[in-house]
Amino acid sequence: MAGADEVIDTSPKVHDEVKTTTCYMCACRCGIKVHLKNGQIRYIEGNRAHPVNRGVLCAKGSAGIMQHYSPARLTKPLKRVGERGAGEFQEIEWDEALALATEWLGGIRATDPKKLAFFTGRDQSQALTGWWASQFGTPNYAAHGGFCSVNMAAAGLYTIGGSFWEFGEADWERAKYFLMFGVAEDHDSNPIKIGLSKLKARGAKFVSVNPVRTGYSAVADEWVAIKPGTDGLFVFALIHELLKADRIDHDYLARYTNAPWLVIANPGKADDGLIARDEAGNPLAWDATTNAPANALSADTKPRLAGDYTLPDGRKARPAFHLMAERYLDPQYAPEAVAARCGVPAATIRRLAAEIAHAAFEQQIVLDQPWTDWAGRRHETMVGRPVSMHAMRGISAHSNGFHTCRALHVLQMLIGAIDTPGSFRFEAPFPRPCPPPGKPAGKNVSPNTALGGMPLGFPLGPEDLLLEADGSARRIDKAFSWEAPLAAHGLMHMVIANAWKGDPYRIDTLFLYMANMAWNSSMNTAGTMAMLADKDASGAYKIPRIIYSDAYFSETVAYADLVLPDTTYLERWDCISLLDRPIGNAEGPGDAIRQPVVKPDRDVRPFQDVLIDLGARLKLPGFVTPSGAARYPGGYKDYIVNHERRPGFGPLAGWRGIDGDKIGRGEPNLDQLDRYIENGCFWKHELPHDQLYYKHANKGYLETAVKLGFLDKAEPIILQLYSETLQRFRLAARGHGPVQPPDRHRARIDAYFDPLPIWYEPFESSAVDTGAFPLRAITQRPMPMYHSWGSQNAWLRQIMSNNRLYVNKDTAARHDVADGDWVWLTSHHSRVKCQVRLMDGVEADTVWTWNAIGKRPGAWNLAPDAAEATRGFLLNHVISELLPERDGYRYANVDPVTGQAAWFDLRVRMEKCDIAEAGVTAPSFAALTPPAGLPARPSILRYGADLK
Amino acid sequence: MTSYTVGEKKLGLVIDLDTCVGCHACAVNCKEWNTGGHSAPLPDRDPYGADVTGVWFNRIHTFEVDDGECGRTVHFPKSCLHCEQPACVEVCPTGASYKRTEDGIVLVNADTCIGCKLCSWACPYGAREFDDDAGVMKKCTLCIDRIYNENLEEVDRVPACVATCPASARHFGDLGDPGSAVSRLVAERGGHDLMPELGYKPVNKYLPPRAGRARQAAETPERLEAVAADTGSLFLRWIDRALSR
Repeated sequence: MAGADEVIDTSPKVHDEVKTTTCYMCACRCGIKVHLKNGQIRYIEGNRAHPVNRGVLCAKGSAGIMQHYSPARLTKPLKRVGERGAGEFQEIEWDEALALATEWLGGIRATDPKKLAFFTGRDQSQALTGWWASQFGTPNYAAHGGFCSVNMAAAGLYTIGGSFWEFGEADWERAKYFLMFGVAEDHDSNPIKIGLSKLKARGAKFVSVNPVRTGYSAVADEWVAIKPGTDGLFVFALIHELLKADRIDHDYLARYTNAPWLVIANPGKADDGLIARDEAGNPLAWDATTNAPANALSADTKPRLAGDYTLPDGRKARPAFHLMAERYLDPQYAPEAVAARCGVPAATIRRLAAEIAHAAFEQQIVLDQPWTDWAGRRHETMVGRPVSMHAMRGISAHSNGFHTCRALHVLQMLIGAIDTPGSFRFEAPFPRPCPPPGKPAGKNVSPNTALGGMPLGFPLGPEDLLLEADGSARRIDKAFSWEAPLAAHGLMHMVIANAWKGDPYRIDTLFLYMANMAWNSSMNTAGTMAMLADKDASGAYKIPRIIYSDAYFSETVAYADLVLPDTTYLERWDCISLLDRPIGNAEGPGDAIRQPVVKPDRDVRPFQDVLIDLGARLKLPGFVTPSGAARYPGGYKDYIVNHERRPGFGPLAGWRGIDGDKIGRGEPNLDQLDRYIENGCFWKHELPHDQLYYKHANKGYLETAVKLGFLDKAEPIILQLYSETLQRFRLAARGHGPVQPPDRHRARIDAYFDPLPIWYEPFESSAVDTGAFPLRAITQRPMPMYHSWGSQNAWLRQIMSNNRLYVNKDTAARHDVADGDWVWLTSHHSRVKCQVRLMDGVEADTVWTWNAIGKRPGAWNLAPDAAEATRGFLLNHVISELLPERDGYRYANVDPVTGQAAWFDLRVRMEKCDIAEAGVTAPSFAALTPPAGLPARPSILRYGADLK
Repeated sequence: MTSYTVGEKKLGLVIDLDTCVGCHACAVNCKEWNTGGHSAPLPDRDPYGADVTGVWFNRIHTFEVDDGECGRTVHFPKSCLHCEQPACVEVCPTGASYKRTEDGIVLVNADTCIGCKLCSWACPYGAREFDDDAGVMKKCTLCIDRIYNENLEEVDRVPACVATCPASARHFGDLGDPGSAVSRLVAERGGHDLMPELGYKPVNKYLPPRAGRARQAAETPERLEAVAADTGSLFLRWIDRALSR
């Protein structure tokens, strides 16, 4: 039969059944449809009805089949029998594993609960894990945010009550100018791609400010090749230009920000730099009508933005705007003054400022959409400044990231471009108060006692820090101490180093979930592995016990004493909760679930089920009934439906109430999960049109937010151009108040708790000889790969199984380095050997690579000679968790405000390696042997052969 | 030598290089659909080892175009272009490679393919994929088991790569019909053939990047003008400004 006579079945049966659930191949939380055939997964596609991805699915999500059937999946609980790190395990039954964990943890709880350090990685159940920690009674809990993007979250939440990433998004439908700062490819993956496509189709301009021209930057209309860590200076220069030309939105500033609030000028005194307030505590502004101070929150006040004023009690004060304008009008922030440091020509900065002003003011959007503001005043239209911005890790992962992110938000406020048509928009449940309520718990830690609050929160001043009497840290990671006062996500990246050193104290058990701390999630990876296996003089491990839960044979498994094997994301219940990181967008709030679409074929259990089981075994309050029985005998599924954090509010907001007819608040509904499944495993509330913008001051929206439990009161959220919170810490450093930093930390707090955004050289650059380390080194994730958990994926690793060091062609020529050469990359801390790829699209003094591609030999059930292990490398090896010593002390390599890991501060030099050394990466480590239960690696995959 | 007839209907893809961010979604979704589809499986050798290689119908190539200040990083997805004059079909000794008259899709009949690889040598675009496990040539089928599939909703009857593309950079339709959405898109955006000089008349088209950085700059001044002679005057201007809450 010739080809053309071939009979083709053009309508084959695709599936026996389709189940919806939520993807977990990255943190994006897209809706998926899983097609099942012959009991296998035939195909995974995006769910068109889903508000996050609207039917599309990325490379990661499309590779879920290989993730699910990976031979790296753990198969049974494991107990360490050899030395730690050797990877010698004995398979044990769950009963034994849980009894062991209960014995260890119960002992800690009965004596000193803080000796448990419980840290989770890219965990989407933090509402559960954080609550579990608080019921256990340990303050030593956090997820991965400290080494991810707490700078963005904290700066955003303290400044605008929202943030980039999942708390806000660009107005893709209406923006006419879009600025993206830094690497953002992995947050928020599909929505940004969908949005960029819409934006470009409409002819809006897309400017990417990024040292590297890949991914989104590759399709930008203009690429601004900035030097890493100088974005703050660049933003100040834009602000300088806008102020000089008075191209700012005065009305927006007066109505929605604290720009008119009067700041007390009383140098040397305890109230210097604080907001002037009336007796009721209301902030004051200078009222133009009465020429006197007036309640800045009153709708009747006609505030002045500038001027020197004398308060009735004789104190001097100026509006916050005045202080801000004075600072950024200074010639030190003129484009020509910052150009060389940013690597961006002054003329380009001036032109971009002109383009931003043009888009914001000449192209303003007026929607014929009436709305009512917080004071009850009806407005016939919604006026928009169609300039959107987005930023993520490129800003965040520097030691100056908190202030740089605040600078971006100040720029947005100045042009009136927050939650207006065409601008950055809050994603419900945001905006929340700046900052949201809830201070970190942990001041009182007692045996067999719950914490009395959640471990993570938002301090408003020094009195909210978690400190010992001598001013040292109470938490193992030193979050909420003077070394990281606003560490809203904790400092997971410091836990192992601190616990090993016993600084501030020794712990008993390190309990990790889904965090590859023995590899790509730690700085100083080799040192971290050594710490995990290190023993004291008595021969005992310095970190006495390590419990780890992971679905896969990651590098960290080898260091655990007890391994609790998790399921894949397709085998479990989960909820993407409004109490945690939901799926709402600017059009309305939403949440979602995962349902098991296939049954585990191994002796594994969902971690959340295990945690709830442990909670009951340990008799943690909240996890047992008054009679001591398990409160959630049905596991996480039971908890998702029946748990109430406060009366009427549970993990899921949809279909609440006995009859399932309530949203937000309502009694638990036993059929709730069925309703979610019927709806494609998500719930979405669409806001009416008059609530879609100005959410921070929109009466209708604020009332909705109160009803749904996002806000306690329907009061406007005033955007904080000037941060009084920061000033409170600064005053403490200057000798005021009952809680003051130890002398060692005074100057640092004084310098970095400036109430207006500042820029400073990233710490590593000011701490090392930049002549000896002339290059900056950064990383990003390839779009098809996320975290290390994609690395064993048979399909994704064909796209990338090793990573090169990308070097600008001119820079390479100066180093006599050619494409394909092997080089040593050396930092003040260590060195790593890697292979070079030349490119044009990278800023000349920057080198970069893909993150988390390099693997330890044998990990993830890859062959020990896999490219990931021989040619893939981690930049982590040359990043120190500590800054170089200064005045006898080594601070953590973090942002001084939030404790955010400063991954991108790295300085290096590059030297061609000896020809004899070329061909294989270094440092190298002994190969890991997969646990006995893991299947042999197949020599060929014919996936789908029996699905046709 | 295999002969073929070119019909009026020319199904193909239009790929937008203005919005393709190189995310590989199309390539991987193609892989997962097709490994259980008409040409199943798309095998992977040494999948967890040092020399992993697999069959992919769609691959993304990334390269830089160096033209000074306007240099670009280009992400270039490439699959079979379903040529009007397919060299791969012409050279096939058994007739296994063929071009469908009814819609122009170029296919391989696995039952008659002898795995001689002449077609892959002939294809100027390197778009054919040899399955050395089965010993037959495989290639993009334009998801022939999706686009006419009555078991799928009508909206889903497009190639997997098109359905999944997060950046809407891929479009599917009849390029033989000048009134079709894809034909109009090609006309509006100046879509072009890949290596037209070779004369194979590929059906798939690529849309070039849109105008780019000049777009906004042309309308705006190169810089903002200061409104006051000095900072003091600027502050006076702000002090005098009447504002309300």
